[in-house]
Amino acid sequence: MSERLSRRRMLGGALAAGASLPVVHGLLPRDSGGPRPAGAAGGPAAHEGHDGFVHAGFAPGRSVDHRANGFHPTELLRDFDYGRTRRLASGRLLREWEILAEDREIEVAPGVKYEAWTYNGRVPGPTLRAREGDRLRIRFVNGSEHPHTIHFHGIHTALMDGMPGIGENRGGGQIEPGAEFTYEFDAEPFGCHLYHCHVSPLASHLSRGLYGAFVVDPKKGRPEADEMVMVMNGFDTNFDLGNEVYAVNTVGFHYVNEPIQVRRDELLRIYLVNVLEFDPLNSFHVHANFFQHYPTGTSLEPSELTDTIVQGQGQRAILEMKFPFDGDYMFHAHVSEFAELGWSGFFRVGDPARINAASAAALYCDLPWGAGRA
Amino acid sequence: MEAATRPEPPADVPRPRGRSGPPTGGTSGLPVWLLGLIPLALIAVAIGGFALLGGPGLGERTGPPVEEVSVERTVLRPGEIELTLRNDGPDPVEVAQVAVNDTFAPFVAAGGEEIGRLGSTTLTVTYPWIEGEAYEIFILTSSGGTVDAEIPVAAETPDADLSFFGLMALLGVYVGVIPVSLGMLWLPFVRRIDARWVAALIAFTVGLLALLGIDAALEGLEIAAAAPGAFGGAELVFAGALVAYLLLAGIDAWLARRRAAGAGGGFAQGGLYLALLVAIGIGLHNLGEGLAIGSAYATGALALGAFLVVGFAIHNTTEGLAIVAPLRDGAGPGAAPRLRHLAALGLIAGAPAVLGAWVGAAAFDPSLAALLFGVGVGAIARVIVQLAPAMRDGEGRTLHPLSVAGLLAGVAVLYLTGLLISV
Repeated sequence: MSERLSRRRMLGGALAAGASLPVVHGLLPRDSGGPRPAGAAGGPAAHEGHDGFVHAGFAPGRSVDHRANGFHPTELLRDFDYGRTRRLASGRLLREWEILAEDREIEVAPGVKYEAWTYNGRVPGPTLRAREGDRLRIRFVNGSEHPHTIHFHGIHTALMDGMPGIGENRGGGQIEPGAEFTYEFDAEPFGCHLYHCHVSPLASHLSRGLYGAFVVDPKKGRPEADEMVMVMNGFDTNFDLGNEVYAVNTVGFHYVNEPIQVRRDELLRIYLVNVLEFDPLNSFHVHANFFQHYPTGTSLEPSELTDTIVQGQGQRAILEMKFPFDGDYMFHAHVSEFAELGWSGFFRVGDPARINAASAAALYCDLPWGAGRA
Repeated sequence: MEAATRPEPPADVPRPRGRSGPPTGGTSGLPVWLLGLIPLALIAVAIGGFALLGGPGLGERTGPPVEEVSVERTVLRPGEIELTLRNDGPDPVEVAQVAVNDTFAPFVAAGGEEIGRLGSTTLTVTYPWIEGEAYEIFILTSSGGTVDAEIPVAAETPDADLSFFGLMALLGVYVGVIPVSLGMLWLPFVRRIDARWVAALIAFTVGLLALLGIDAALEGLEIAAAAPGAFGGAELVFAGALVAYLLLAGIDAWLARRRAAGAGGGFAQGGLYLALLVAIGIGLHNLGEGLAIGSAYATGALALGAFLVVGFAIHNTTEGLAIVAPLRDGAGPGAAPRLRHLAALGLIAGAPAVLGAWVGAAAFDPSLAALLFGVGVGAIARVIVQLAPAMRDGEGRTLHPLSVAGLLAGVAVLYLTGLLISV
């Protein structure tokens, strides 16, 4: 800042900001001790009625209405959708889903409403899960006011790519409001993938909420574990091409307010997907622990034992770890800005007998290949 | 509307023209007050009908609600940032969350989270701000819109207690009363100089006032830019100027009539009267200046330092000279102004700085400040008009070499002393 400030600028500036403004550093009176935290012990922040500032968070006394939203981040965490299955004549397994694109207002932070575009009324969309080699059939119905598609990350034909401009003459490509299309392809390769709308303008269609995780298990499955999906996202609530609220699974600070219950010494597997728009990088960091990192989940060998990874848009990974000690352990974006604007949470690690199993019920589903069993 | 409510005079009666006589016409049977009320009644009926029918033809308003919120005041206390918000837009606004430097922070809304049109609320945000750092705050509304606030350099806002008001008074005395009074010490010099130089001296005062007026207008407009538009914004500066100018002109006319009636003695035509006008104009300007100093100091913005106070003092000393300049009157050196008159002039010109500092420190409001700066501009303009005749030379010209030199000197002196308070 310039050391020269005219009186006009100084006074005028001070007034212009409604008396908030100020001056150059050199003019400020300073304590001999230099800068100090204003909220030091004994200040008003420590008075009764104030909790003080422990960590970033929303205003007390308000919470997100998950019922009105139609989905709950705690349930969504371990909600894997295996579709309807039936055996084909060839002996392969066919999995079928129906996905409806739907415009819907959701609450992304207490009191903050956002006009989202959703798959099946939730953000992120359902976590579609299959086994390598399965035949997948996804009937997509566009109930939104805008054209959409589903573009899967996977290996498939051009017609099944959910790409506007390709396959309109065969009913595919861009799916107009009221229209529908059925995507059909094989589940390959195994790994942690994603799907999203691919209609232009992309940033708009993605940031509005049209994305979800797409998990393909290897033929032989993975070791038994407590599995969960974390889709790192954000919301540009004022449409200025920057996010105001950051989160995993949509609601900012949700897992701070409702820590994720996990069992001590049990293998934890996280399917982590980054769909964040507007910011080029996102990251994941866990406290007091290290995890095995399987980039894109396409190998059964981890690439690194670490506690922090970085992901660009569309990047994803499988993370595996065990918590050896009881207690609350934070996980958050190591981009501090994202962390303090909502992308933070806690694991609550406890004795296996004392953990409330209700919220974890969804994970003990009976998979045909026995991946997740209590 | 106009055509529908104005009674048409009948054709056989000539339309009244100019001042040829009181208006007469076909409605002459009705009392005048009723003629005045009829349009009002019709307007009321039209508005009532429009409201009752729900604005026929306009339909439902489309589009999302318009959210315009201004941050009127920012107060910093240890561990807390207090923001006073004013809803400046047509729709109610609900505050949902607050983030300071990209960190969501807990807050309490004293006036409730929902702010009605032109309503306000005060948010107390818990945040461990650090002295000397800069902060950007965004307030997230229920619709996802944002209101931005900025704290360029954080410093604790002083408590508005008795000692603080004492300090503000002292500051006002330093920058207002003392320098103006010191400047008035030029009186003996002014009274002894040759009569030809009077025009130059008055011109000097006019030049000085002109630059002060420009300065006040610019400051007022700058403040108005931050004020809620619903209260008028920049319009307030012009409205204040107009009101002040007309009020002073009215007082002047009233005094002139009293003088004509023989009640006011020679006061209204004497130099003392002109000096009083100059003092009022400068006083109103110093009110605005005090306001600026007070609010800036209250937010820690003006951690003045002795140098700045000295700068203001020297700057304002020239204002004292401007006040005594008209006292070199045609009446001659014999009719020296009394000491109490001089003291009163000094107080009128300087003391408003104290008042301004108090108001600015305790209850700063950008709309009020813009209005007061406008009042200062109007007063100065009126004073210049009043002083201008005294600049004339023997042939009645206002602009002659001597007066132009005086004008330029006035502008130059104010500009140069103004540099002293640039830091």
